[in-house]
Amino acid sequence: MAFVAFLIKRLLQAVLVMFVISLIGFSIQDNLGDPLRELVGQSVSEAQREAMRDELGLNDPFLVQYGRFLGKAVQGDLGRSYFFKRPVLDVIGDKFPATADLVLGATLIIVLVSVPLGCWCAIRPRHWLSRIAMGASIIGISIPVFLTAIFLIYLFSVNLGWLASFGRGEHLVEIAPGWTTGFLTLDGLSHLILPSIALSSIMMPLFIRLIRSEMMEILEQDYIKFAWAKGLAARRVWFLHAFKNTLLPVITVGGVQIGTMLAYTILTESVFQWPGLGFMFIEAVTRVDTPLIIGYIIVVGLIFVVTNTVVDLIYTMVNPTVRLMGAAR
Amino acid sequence: MPLLDVRDLRVEFPTRHGVLTALHDVSFSVDKGERLGIVGESGAGKSVAAFAILNLLSRPGRITGGRILFEDRDLATLSRADMRAIRGDRISMIFQDPMMTLNPVLTIGTQMVETLKAHRDISDAEARRIAIQRLGEVKIPSPEKRMASYPHELSGGMRQRVVIAIALLTEPALIIADEPTTALDVTIQAEIMSLMLDLCRTHGVGLILITHDLAVVSQVTQRVVVLYAGRVVESGQTARVVQNPVHPYTRGLLSALPGEGEPGARLNQIRGSMPPLTAIPPGCAFHPRCDYAEERCRVGVPPLDVIEDHNVRCTRARELIRGVAA
Repeated sequence: MAFVAFLIKRLLQAVLVMFVISLIGFSIQDNLGDPLRELVGQSVSEAQREAMRDELGLNDPFLVQYGRFLGKAVQGDLGRSYFFKRPVLDVIGDKFPATADLVLGATLIIVLVSVPLGCWCAIRPRHWLSRIAMGASIIGISIPVFLTAIFLIYLFSVNLGWLASFGRGEHLVEIAPGWTTGFLTLDGLSHLILPSIALSSIMMPLFIRLIRSEMMEILEQDYIKFAWAKGLAARRVWFLHAFKNTLLPVITVGGVQIGTMLAYTILTESVFQWPGLGFMFIEAVTRVDTPLIIGYIIVVGLIFVVTNTVVDLIYTMVNPTVRLMGAAR
Repeated sequence: MPLLDVRDLRVEFPTRHGVLTALHDVSFSVDKGERLGIVGESGAGKSVAAFAILNLLSRPGRITGGRILFEDRDLATLSRADMRAIRGDRISMIFQDPMMTLNPVLTIGTQMVETLKAHRDISDAEARRIAIQRLGEVKIPSPEKRMASYPHELSGGMRQRVVIAIALLTEPALIIADEPTTALDVTIQAEIMSLMLDLCRTHGVGLILITHDLAVVSQVTQRVVVLYAGRVVESGQTARVVQNPVHPYTRGLLSALPGEGEPGARLNQIRGSMPPLTAIPPGCAFHPRCDYAEERCRVGVPPLDVIEDHNVRCTRARELIRGVAA
């Protein structure tokens, strides 16, 4: 019962957040220049332009336009892209799998590296590896993504020739209608590796440091001392007693960061010519493709809201003190 | 042959400001099934002594001298694996604050079963059976159900009962209890203390009770060690020390207990406070707070002498007994 109530509350919050995002997204429409200039050529007269504006509803009051937009949006219609001449959601749907590959790849790298390394730095803070990791993380956190990306391309593509420097590759596998992934072929992977590393580079130091500091704090707790006093093996004290408690704050921060990573895909995708949402967004901005820009903002906002909600649900599953809030036992 | 024989134990903390000595050549022993009290104010080194026995000193503390003989082995020199085998099996520990002692994300059952399985080659079912039995012994209602509970679902008193049950799981020879009732409600303190006493008696377990409360020590223990600034200042049979305290510090602690004077009267207190390890005064460490201090108390640490029926570290002990000092 408590769980259902919690779920409903979270869903209502999510709807409210989406409403605000759509309002902000839609209100930028008037500030991005005249879409007519992009739609039609120089030869069209001012009278014809005015007629088109009327026809497109661009002369209606803001609230009327927004109401119309919202009414369509809840039915899954975010308008048509001026440039692609197709529904915005179709265009985004085409680009989304590429970004999903990239974010998944970066997330995997972050988890696989930062969890063991963060734990190691907490358990053996004076070890040489910990000192190197801490030093490198300061450098890593201060280097912008596009610089890392260019450096990676220079080293691994240009000089060593090991990995591809742009695009997703030729051999992708379609795992669902319209959904392709590069994870299942060698060619796809060789294209994925550099962009994933570049994207993970900005979050990696943060995660290593977060896991390290959380775990160090927890290793000082009485219940860890008690676990030692019970004569448990070191592995169990570290990886069950300490790590499970470390996870709680890491999940909270981590979930938000996955959303933030979507924003960073704009930079990464631009450098690697990655045909995903971020690249599409930059192009849409240069083309003043307003419906596509608004669509992007709303979809990314939705992903943010969904990941945060999922993170909250996972958190309640890991943390027993949250799960039982209000639940009768 | 005592069960535990701590001889000239010295614990030091190397710091930026030099080496701090938390325990100066501290000696005490516990016989099988015997109960020993270690008494002193905060910072006297009580907890350090407890953690040193189990080799669980927090960094950078380390044992730099003395022996900790337990069942014919010197715990101070034991390998990590051998020490782990003793912790939680032959020697258990009960911590001060039950709110902090149990892991918040693991069930009571998990935290009990893992202790047994760390030391015994038994099945989960067998470990559960023993755990439930122990929960019953510490008078936890419906123990089977409690196995699935998380610590936050239990009150402080119940949690300390669980901790006691965990300490008893492996039938240890010795339990070290570090202020086991300090963090509890006053109404529950006596209950928990008498439960511990009963269980130690029925299981024949030795107990080291670390506390600042001489009243509890006199009710529970057979022998007592009074620590001040890392040194033993008085030790012996509890009854003798409590009835006939010699060291001015012990006398001060005893007269500070409520219940002696008139109702509403101001409680006695020892003036000043325990000096930090960084500023231990020369000579007898207690002299700045002592009503009987003389010039000679300021130079040279007095030896721990046998005076009448117990040990006292005080230059003026004999005068104090005769009652001539003022």
